[in-house]
Amino acid sequence: MLILNCPYCSVDAEETELTPGGEAHLKRFGPGSSDADFEGYLFQRENPKGVHFERWRHANGCGKWFHAARCTVTLEVFGTYSAQTTEPPKNLQKTISKKRPGWSWREFS
Amino acid sequence: MSNLISQANAPFEGYVTVSADAPMGMLTLRGDLSSKPFITALKKSVSTDLPSACQITHDEKMSVAWMSPDELLILTPYDQVAGLQAKLQKALGKKHFLLADVSDARVSFTVSGDKVREVIAKLAPVDLAPDHFAPGMFRRTRFGQISAAFWLLSETEARVICFRSVAEFMFNQLSAAARPGSEVDLWS
Repeated sequence: MLILNCPYCSVDAEETELTPGGEAHLKRFGPGSSDADFEGYLFQRENPKGVHFERWRHANGCGKWFHAARCTVTLEVFGTYSAQTTEPPKNLQKTISKKRPGWSWREFS
Repeated sequence: MSNLISQANAPFEGYVTVSADAPMGMLTLRGDLSSKPFITALKKSVSTDLPSACQITHDEKMSVAWMSPDELLILTPYDQVAGLQAKLQKALGKKHFLLADVSDARVSFTVSGDKVREVIAKLAPVDLAPDHFAPGMFRRTRFGQISAAFWLLSETEARVICFRSVAEFMFNQLSAAARPGSEVDLWS
């Protein structure tokens, strides 16, 4: 069972209190973009074995969206952070580097 | 006032008592709770202290619960809600906020008895150990399959609120959790 700490209300919320929101930090390509970019935005997703970044919503709690970094192999949670960002916070990336040297996820590593 | 489903139910006497409360006035207030001018204006019409995250504050006139970083739920007696709403509206003036009378949106239940913590713990994924959850805290969560919120008034009394549309389900599942013979004796 996944337990994530909601960065907005600091509650340790259990998986059943949350709604998954898919992959984090997607960049939208809308009207006017190339077909390849649009296809990538719609369909191309990471499917990592290891470090992964996701969006979650504290649906049965404060109702806020937030981000979580976790390991898809061990289910270890590296941390959660605010939704108002386009990339994982630097100190969280450092924490992950300590625990999983050599990790990479999209352009981050 | 609408005819309340939950009011039709007599209190359930299990190893704790589950009863539907009389209608309660509720106001939803959304706005920037980190803004000082907003807080100052709010304090003019709200008599209690403002709650910090995941807390609820009470006085004789009202309770104020922290719903999310930008939302408060103000609980008053049912007949005073219009007056308070007008007062708040005036106090907040032209600031950016949303204030709505949601009295009929939710129902409230009182669960009372020595093992009230245990009955709630059966339904909600919340650590109710006495050193983790104390009176004065307010928690939005789920009870079984439905969204709800609860707080402890004392060690033997809790209040649970949920949407009116699922009131009967809430009453039934609280009653089931309180059925005599189903004691777990976790914290007694």
